[in-house]
Amino acid sequence: MNEIKFPVSDYMPDSCIPDGPIAEKWTKYKREAKLINPNNRRKYTVLIVGSGLAGGSAAATLAELGYNVKCFCYQDSPRRAHSIAAQGGVNAAHNYQNDGDSVYRLFYDTVKGGDFRAREANVYRLAEVSCNIINQCVAQGVPFGREYGGLLDNRSFGGSQLKRTFYSRGQTGQQLLLGCYQAMEKEIGKGHIEMHPRTEMMDLVVVDGHAKGIVVRDMVTGEIKSYAGDTVLLATGGYGRVFFLSTNAMGCNVGAACACWKKGAYFANPCFTQIHPTCIPVKGDYQSKLTLMSESLRNDGRIWVPKSREVAAKIRKGEMKPSDVAENDRDYYLERKYPSFGNLAPRDISSRAAKEACDDERGVANTGRGVFLDFKDAINRMGKEWIDGQYGNLFEMYEEITDVDPHEQPMMIYPASHYTMGGLWVDYNLMSSIPGLHVLGEANFSDHGANRLGASALMQGLSDGYFVIPATLPTYLTTQKPGSITTAAPEFKEAEDEVKARIQKMMDVKGTKTPDEIHRELGKLVWDDVGMGRTKESLLHAIEKIPAIREEFWTNVRVVGSTEGMNQELEKAWRVAAFLDFAEVLCYDALNREESCGAHFRLEHQLADGEAKRDDANFAYVACWEYKGTGELPVLHKEPLTFDTVHLAIRSYK
Amino acid sequence: MANLNLTLKVWRQESPEAQGRIETYKAKNIPDEASFLEMLDIVNEELVHEGKEPIHFDHDCREGICGMCSLTINGVPHGGKKVTTCQLHMRQFKDGDTIWIEPFRAAAFPLLRDLVVDRTALDNIIAAGGFVDVRTGAAPNANNMPIRKKTSDAAFDAAACIGCGACVASCKNSAAMLFTSAKAAHLNLLPQGHPEKNKRVLAMVRQMDALGFGNCTNLYECEAACPKGISVDNIAKLNRDYMIACASEAFGVFS
Repeated sequence: MNEIKFPVSDYMPDSCIPDGPIAEKWTKYKREAKLINPNNRRKYTVLIVGSGLAGGSAAATLAELGYNVKCFCYQDSPRRAHSIAAQGGVNAAHNYQNDGDSVYRLFYDTVKGGDFRAREANVYRLAEVSCNIINQCVAQGVPFGREYGGLLDNRSFGGSQLKRTFYSRGQTGQQLLLGCYQAMEKEIGKGHIEMHPRTEMMDLVVVDGHAKGIVVRDMVTGEIKSYAGDTVLLATGGYGRVFFLSTNAMGCNVGAACACWKKGAYFANPCFTQIHPTCIPVKGDYQSKLTLMSESLRNDGRIWVPKSREVAAKIRKGEMKPSDVAENDRDYYLERKYPSFGNLAPRDISSRAAKEACDDERGVANTGRGVFLDFKDAINRMGKEWIDGQYGNLFEMYEEITDVDPHEQPMMIYPASHYTMGGLWVDYNLMSSIPGLHVLGEANFSDHGANRLGASALMQGLSDGYFVIPATLPTYLTTQKPGSITTAAPEFKEAEDEVKARIQKMMDVKGTKTPDEIHRELGKLVWDDVGMGRTKESLLHAIEKIPAIREEFWTNVRVVGSTEGMNQELEKAWRVAAFLDFAEVLCYDALNREESCGAHFRLEHQLADGEAKRDDANFAYVACWEYKGTGELPVLHKEPLTFDTVHLAIRSYK
Repeated sequence: MANLNLTLKVWRQESPEAQGRIETYKAKNIPDEASFLEMLDIVNEELVHEGKEPIHFDHDCREGICGMCSLTINGVPHGGKKVTTCQLHMRQFKDGDTIWIEPFRAAAFPLLRDLVVDRTALDNIIAAGGFVDVRTGAAPNANNMPIRKKTSDAAFDAAACIGCGACVASCKNSAAMLFTSAKAAHLNLLPQGHPEKNKRVLAMVRQMDALGFGNCTNLYECEAACPKGISVDNIAKLNRDYMIACASEAFGVFS
């Protein structure tokens, strides 16, 4: 295989961006938006899949407004959604630090951080509602870090030159999610939300072209059943586990999103996958996941590798302690290459720089794939106690996992799959190309362009759930007669039967490989070929190999146990099958995008100094992929991106 | 780095109705860098290859924060190293060790399969009053209400609970006092939580009792088992708050 020509369609659904100046679009939208009378709201049933920051905040808020909400999650409680693991913080343009922040500045930083591949109007709205998020969370009792005067404290994150990040030690995601979970439980207690934990969405039900329900599997009884609603909100997170090893939770999967894609929702920019620079390096084949060390550590940690390969080799073999390497023999490569942002260069840039250092054989860790994150100077400057106050739990976690005390020896880190900017395409209303299917949080593609800045995921999830969807949902719902579709519609039975047949097919293979083994194989291929540096060659290689792994799954997987009752192997197999159906479109998108931008780095397209070379003339668009069958080429739809407010420029952090 | 050979004694039970039993497994060549759950992954992979059903256990984030993993290891929830089971590493064990692995046991946590239990009762306690009743959109500016750093930090310490249920599993009475008191303390300490303080305390405690959790007899096994260092001081505070709430209720001066 050496050339692929993608079928391109001229059709593109309207992105529904309100006209007018950027700063007035959202205000204008809300002023003119349709409303639903409080007495009528309860007639509408809203199905929400996922209970993280996006799904949970949407569920709580829509229930407060009076809608009849049903929420589903695969965990045993909505409090466990993976948003809980976010460590560092949440951005907002409050400018409490008086260091020059504003809605415009947050908007600008986010568009620039995303390497000019996000929609301006969405990003501006995100920046606009950011302050409301902080206000809301504080009112819920989220214990953000405070100063001695009693006011909220802020820290700094990658890609910005000011302090706008609100935090709760190293557990910001946990505290925000618990705030949102408590708001949900409040509504569950009042009977406004019907909660379905340990329930996995298996398929979307589309009736007359509209998303009107879902098919789920009860993970305790194994029963396949359906729920009908007037709209479906998908908040199922990202697809980072396509790489097998990632910072995502073990259960994170693309199943629900992939099912929606197959039913007609466009998948947008799947090649924008974020590789986070600061994770604990890989240890061995048995490993199940990689642990993130918060980006906030880069506020005080300095990243380095030895200047010479010889010293690096000695460290790898354990013949030399990192703390014994003289100052002159250390290469603080981020500070050297990006003097104005230094160790706080954005994630994509930091990750690639780490890879370059290791490719140059100056990497540490016994695999040679690791760099140091050193707190020596910060400890000398501020003292051990201060450092523990800032990062105590992260230091403990690191020591627990690696048996090394980061007060004494620098941490070892390496990039790992963390977040996916790509996702299902949505318009300004957060509605996908299937009418009635709304997509929130990481599951949609909208706000981060080709690279997400730190502390922006929590902001987006909560923005979508607390403030955006409550305002935009009536735009769709007012066109629908509430309760008009029930599970009696034949589409439900059809979808259920298809799910049951697919499960049975998996169970009947009775081969020799476990779902995890096949997942690992896929992950390794995708990491090697579609990871931090991609080439036409590597992408074509992956595209050739993926169908073979899929074939292996369907002819040689071994799913033990029964379809009835709890069966964790079946859960894994179902999710791996979805990753296998999805993996190619990730490669197709990376192959089609003949430029480098943000996290998408094509080795063929770089500037003389190794920076990403964007091609705005040909690729300033959202690539939206329409499913045409597994193994078939998807059809490319293009949503042009226009930059009326921010001037398109080469992204420089030097 | 060394490899360990271990004997596992694991609770197996196909369904809530089935009769459970302890089964013995060999865990061979386990890298001491592996986490406890990765050790179980290795054992399960082997079981699947032999055509047997793997040991079912709850887990998700595997970084010690989601609270989904459980397991009573050698009689102690999470293994007694002040971390969650997913953060427990095999270097804590010696070659040749026998490890007993059982579910979190409590009347309020019905067993679903093998080591998986249903902890929905903890959610029900939160639903009874573990929240501040504010509508989205009605919040004042976040800096309008300064909060003493000490107060805010204390609230955070209580809020760090991950809801894993180890406190319940470690308690001979299966009390959920540490869990309940941590949430009550988090919210009662903060000015945002004051208006509903009495109502919250009464509702949460009554719900806890109704769900079949036992009473606290101050043995503090819960604190020893807690992977997040939640202090039993919260229980003392809850008892105090509960008395005040009961008195206010009796005199009809709610709040």
